[in-house]
Amino acid sequence: MTDTRNMIAETAERLFAAHLDSAVMDAAEAGTWPAALWDEIAANGLDRVLVPAEQDGIGGDWEDAFVILAAAGRHAAPVPLAETIGAGWLLARAGLDVPAGPLSLADDRARVPWARQAVQVLLSADEGCFTVHDIAAMGITPDRNVGRDPRDGITLSEDGTAHAGDVGMIGALVRSCQMAGAIAEVLALCVTYAGERVQFGRPIGKFQAIQQQLAVLAGETAAAEMAARNACRALDRGDDVMFAVASAKIRTGEAAGKAAAISHQVFGAIGFTDEHHLHYLTRRLWSWRAEFGAERVWAERLGRALAAQGADQLWPALTAR
Amino acid sequence: MPPLIFEPCDLPDEAEALRGEVRAFLAEELADYPVSKRAHSWIGFDGEFSRNLGARGWLGMTWPAPWGPGRSALERYVVIEELLAAGAPVAAHWIAERQSGPLLLRFGNDEQRALCLPGIIAGETYFCIGMSEPDSGSDLASIRSKAVRAEVKGEAGWVVTGRKVWSTYAQNSHYMIALLRTGDAGESRHDGTTQFLIDLSLPGLEVRPIRNLLGDEEFNEVTFDEVFVPEAMMIGAEGEGWRQVTAELAFERSGPDRFLSAYALLAELVRFVSALPSDATAGAHDAIGRLYAHLTSLRALSISVATRLDAGEEPALEASVVKDLGVTFEQSIPEIAQQILGIAPRLDGGSDFEASLAYVQQACVSFSLRGGTTEIMRGVIARGLGLR
Repeated sequence: MTDTRNMIAETAERLFAAHLDSAVMDAAEAGTWPAALWDEIAANGLDRVLVPAEQDGIGGDWEDAFVILAAAGRHAAPVPLAETIGAGWLLARAGLDVPAGPLSLADDRARVPWARQAVQVLLSADEGCFTVHDIAAMGITPDRNVGRDPRDGITLSEDGTAHAGDVGMIGALVRSCQMAGAIAEVLALCVTYAGERVQFGRPIGKFQAIQQQLAVLAGETAAAEMAARNACRALDRGDDVMFAVASAKIRTGEAAGKAAAISHQVFGAIGFTDEHHLHYLTRRLWSWRAEFGAERVWAERLGRALAAQGADQLWPALTAR
Repeated sequence: MPPLIFEPCDLPDEAEALRGEVRAFLAEELADYPVSKRAHSWIGFDGEFSRNLGARGWLGMTWPAPWGPGRSALERYVVIEELLAAGAPVAAHWIAERQSGPLLLRFGNDEQRALCLPGIIAGETYFCIGMSEPDSGSDLASIRSKAVRAEVKGEAGWVVTGRKVWSTYAQNSHYMIALLRTGDAGESRHDGTTQFLIDLSLPGLEVRPIRNLLGDEEFNEVTFDEVFVPEAMMIGAEGEGWRQVTAELAFERSGPDRFLSAYALLAELVRFVSALPSDATAGAHDAIGRLYAHLTSLRALSISVATRLDAGEEPALEASVVKDLGVTFEQSIPEIAQQILGIAPRLDGGSDFEASLAYVQQACVSFSLRGGTTEIMRGVIARGLGLR
């Protein structure tokens, strides 16, 4: 990692660790905006990692964004940081101003992440375009996903002008990065717990049944992180990113399902309680997996493209740089 | 928890530069090689192909002077992934080049190297593995085939007695690297074993093919009846067999052969889906999309491990993760072909796709056994995670 990226990673980790405890999580999930956390995110510029320096951003790349998004995922951060980072990149790329404050992006106006909190919402429009909408011009119907993060319905008084940029693609990418982080944290929690929880006179991690499950989870963790980082690197290279983003959303989504199932099995009943913090992660994994296109949606799209280019192009496409 | 380290890496330019050359060679060399044979992947055996590959300088590429040209492991990576993607018949040289040669370079002596390495690099000397025994599969430390110090006709050496099984292509091979008991297992159970370089033409040695469920004769039982092995053919140090074998196994765990051995079937599956009428594609695009997503992340993980190996590191945990994921992926391909696309395996008279499916469906049960079972692999991963 570059020095800058290391610094960004450390800042993100420190900041989430300092601000997110059960009390803050529970309050946020009950509808209280974690203002102190967001203010510190903004003070450190993490929300503007992909905004050019001349627009008061960090001017980083998607690999820099990954370390922030993964940290947000590890901590199940109940703030629209992923949305703000993604929207900031889309706005700046389209030559638009990036306003200060939380932003959102959505491919479905019935379920807009954090609309109630956002100063602007980017909505996907036809043919890889998006429209920008100010919060003041919207009607909002509050709703939540099972992560208990806001996914509000919005009504618009006007259509807005179309700008080039694929909200669905960027949404899928940021969710993939968050999932990669959350899955890694789920694995770490499981390994720690399996080393501490004693049954039949020894830590449950000494049982092969548990070891085999956690080995599977380790593989899923590695594959998910690699898929998400590959997609970030594709964005940074400026390639045609559909193959990489689709692969990331599919792979992290599948891993998310397995991670949630395995971790709850390892933790047993305590992991099913409100008191334990595992569910902050697993409820979000179930939500993120479905948002901006579930695996099914991306696999269908990717599969169509693969079929269209034909079997003899499969290997050249895989090995293209 | 110790971290799993998988940094995304690009193959370097000098490695990528080889790709076109290898593809052109394979297009010509395999012009008439049928898809159903390509599905055999690295089990396909063709001595002439191996010799031609050796003549191009693509065997033992990474071996240092004076044995080889000392090219990078990532250049070799490109060559072997292109071979596997093309379904080239690489079995004749595969084990020799992948693990026996590197083992002799690392632990062997110059006499052994001079005896074997020039032939391996030319694609003419073949090796088989002598690890498993009838009573020792996953529990490799329990082997009983033994080597006892002896002097025969004034020559110092070892007398070997016992039996090895599942030795792939032993019937065609010139040498075996055998793990044999030379002393007590000790409390750790990992002491008292030693590796030997064994000439398969020695008197007292019998190779008997064991027909597998496909009806093919690939693996063998090799019986040693007081076979005399000269002292110079002991590999490395006496009693260090277990540690050497562990290193040897690491060579074979994270390479592209752990996720590309059913590639020919995957390509046929994509060809089949490409040709489906638009009203008959239900589930088909989803299926190939998911397979692609798995394959692309696996390849990136494998390249990440290869890059660390090239830098002289020993990422054993990560290598085991790649093998486990890779095998799971390969075995899912015939499952998806049957469950989602409704294609039936067919031995004779069917399409290339049906014939490839017939082969892979039957062969793939061995993928999670060879080179360490899935359960052993996951045990290795669990140890890496600090659970054991």
